[in-house]
Amino acid sequence: MFYREAGDFKTTYTDDNQTFPIKFDRYRYYAVLFFAFLIVPFVINDYWVNAVFMPFLIYAIAAIGLNILVGYCGQVSLGTGGFMAVGAYAVYKLMTGFPEVSIFIHILLAGGVTAMVGVAFGLPSLRIKGFYLAVATLAAQFFLVWLFNKVPWFYNYSASGQISAPERTVLGIAVTGPNTSAWATYLFCLVFVTICAIIARNLTRGTTGRKWMAIRDMDIAAEIIGVDPLKSKLSAFAVSSFFIGVSGALFFSVYLGAVEVGEAFGINKSFLVLFMIIIGGLGSIFGSFAGAAFLVLLPVLLKNVLVGMLGWPTDLAAHLEFMIVGALIIIFLIAEPHGLAQLWRVAKEKLRLWPFPH
Amino acid sequence: MPEQLLFGAEVFLNGLMAGVLYALVALGFVLIYKASGIFNYAQGVMALFAALTLVGIMDGQIPFAHLINAVLGTEIHHFGFHVNAFFAIILTMIVMIGLAWCVQRFVFRHLVGQEPIILFMATIGLAYFMEGMGDIMWGSDIKKLDVGLPQGGSFWIEENTQWLGFGNDRFYGFFLDKLDIVATGIAIILVAALVLFSQYTKQGRAMRAVADDHQAALSVGISLNFIWVMVWSVAGFVALVAGIMWGAKSGVQFSLSLIALKALPVLMLGGFTSIPGAIVGGLIIGVGEKMFEFIIGPLVGGATENWFAYALALVFLVFRPQGLFGEKIIERV
Repeated sequence: MFYREAGDFKTTYTDDNQTFPIKFDRYRYYAVLFFAFLIVPFVINDYWVNAVFMPFLIYAIAAIGLNILVGYCGQVSLGTGGFMAVGAYAVYKLMTGFPEVSIFIHILLAGGVTAMVGVAFGLPSLRIKGFYLAVATLAAQFFLVWLFNKVPWFYNYSASGQISAPERTVLGIAVTGPNTSAWATYLFCLVFVTICAIIARNLTRGTTGRKWMAIRDMDIAAEIIGVDPLKSKLSAFAVSSFFIGVSGALFFSVYLGAVEVGEAFGINKSFLVLFMIIIGGLGSIFGSFAGAAFLVLLPVLLKNVLVGMLGWPTDLAAHLEFMIVGALIIIFLIAEPHGLAQLWRVAKEKLRLWPFPH
Repeated sequence: MPEQLLFGAEVFLNGLMAGVLYALVALGFVLIYKASGIFNYAQGVMALFAALTLVGIMDGQIPFAHLINAVLGTEIHHFGFHVNAFFAIILTMIVMIGLAWCVQRFVFRHLVGQEPIILFMATIGLAYFMEGMGDIMWGSDIKKLDVGLPQGGSFWIEENTQWLGFGNDRFYGFFLDKLDIVATGIAIILVAALVLFSQYTKQGRAMRAVADDHQAALSVGISLNFIWVMVWSVAGFVALVAGIMWGAKSGVQFSLSLIALKALPVLMLGGFTSIPGAIVGGLIIGVGEKMFEFIIGPLVGGATENWFAYALALVFLVFRPQGLFGEKIIERV
């Protein structure tokens, strides 16, 4: 992996410390931003936004969050669905309780609430490790879903037990509720994704991230060289839950509009996000995006090919999807444990030296 | 209030029975974990797969009929014969051994020496794969499994415990499901057989040697591959028994695979490495969640069974991170 490149001289500390020190990465990053903000909104329609872009963006935030916890800090969590539910219900209570405040702030606050819940459920991580912890986080998953199902205050005593998002606007343009336009919701999510990705990228390459990685690699050794496991683990839980909460809030308010907690935030969601980061690459922000894109596109693609072109029944296609996802997980763990991100890295290095590899 | 107390006792007994079934699933986990250090999340799906296969063989279903029909445009579903339950169980066992071999050959042989958490994630992938495969092979509709186990409540127990009600007519005697009683008996036999197998047979000793130290076992000429295939087969057998019990109780359907989620807190409580731990943990969880639902459940809206087991296990873990019977965790840098 390249961190610095020959011939790319830095003359100031600011230059040296920038987020993307390699010129190629930097330009690619600007190009992607330009494309995502200024070209995509003009060409997309409802189908593309609902089937591909929105789930991709929202899952990307969740995947970044989980990647911080699992990939950077090494604490495996299976409670992602539950934490997304916390974000969703927090934003719902805030939206209905304080209608005059901007939804932008509500979503950030929902992230904050989730962070606190995440820290509470992260406390056992100080005592228990490995899959004991993974199983313990399942407690969060089941307990939170049960809580939102059983306590009517959370869904404002509605008869159906569902929550549905009222219409809220940003700068006069509706982003939640039934009267939204495709480009508005897309841009709204994109803003959050960009902010989250920048925060995550900078956290993980700084002191905090190094501490997380030290804990991941060997927590006792890290403790001996002066990393405080309490602060590192809990901060990883907090940051990770913040992202997951934001993604849950967006998932409910902007994407689905109305959710039933057991269905939308069940244990399958936890596994889905975990699969995204395994396939994308543990310990890589780019991997989170790649994994989210892969697992969002795969079902769409399979459905189009199997049901649309070959005329198979939908349930068969759904079962085949299970098999393919499961097989892919195993294949990735065997052949490329660092996921799509590593493939991308290798490809970049090969291309850089091509056609003279020596 | 004596009748409340009696109802409590009834709930307690039913909790014990449920606990035995949890312990049965947990047992499969412990076997694989002890022998190969793999925490096998797919155990529940294995139970589902075994039960599906059993039903499929008994009904003479054609495997992959759905897929074949979709690809070739044919309309085939059944071979048109029915297999006797006993032979079907033997055939299913052969399928499970084949599955064990495949899992070992194509998945875990390539992952030897990886971190335990990577292996754990691989088993989650395996669980997804097998879930999809089971549905494609045998169809995803809810099936009835009938291998001749007795069903329904036991009238004998109900009649013979009526006198406990002190003459008032609000208590009708203990209600115990016959199936649960049979399951308890089978579980006890299974555990005894496993203990005998691992203590007194050559393969059982080899298995314990592998569990103790892989490399030392290898150096005295024990084939790791063989032992691992064997352990997965035994776990497949345990899964088959669990699948039959749960399948007979509530039908063979997707939710059967969720019993793995019930077994996880049992394991945390009992310790991943201990067979007695799995049993005691199962009983504690079974009784605990039924009693909690009985006493506290009505106050908080019910359905506490989903998470109570985890909360209980968490509380235990904070005081004993290795579980009740687990080996002490020693950490080195």
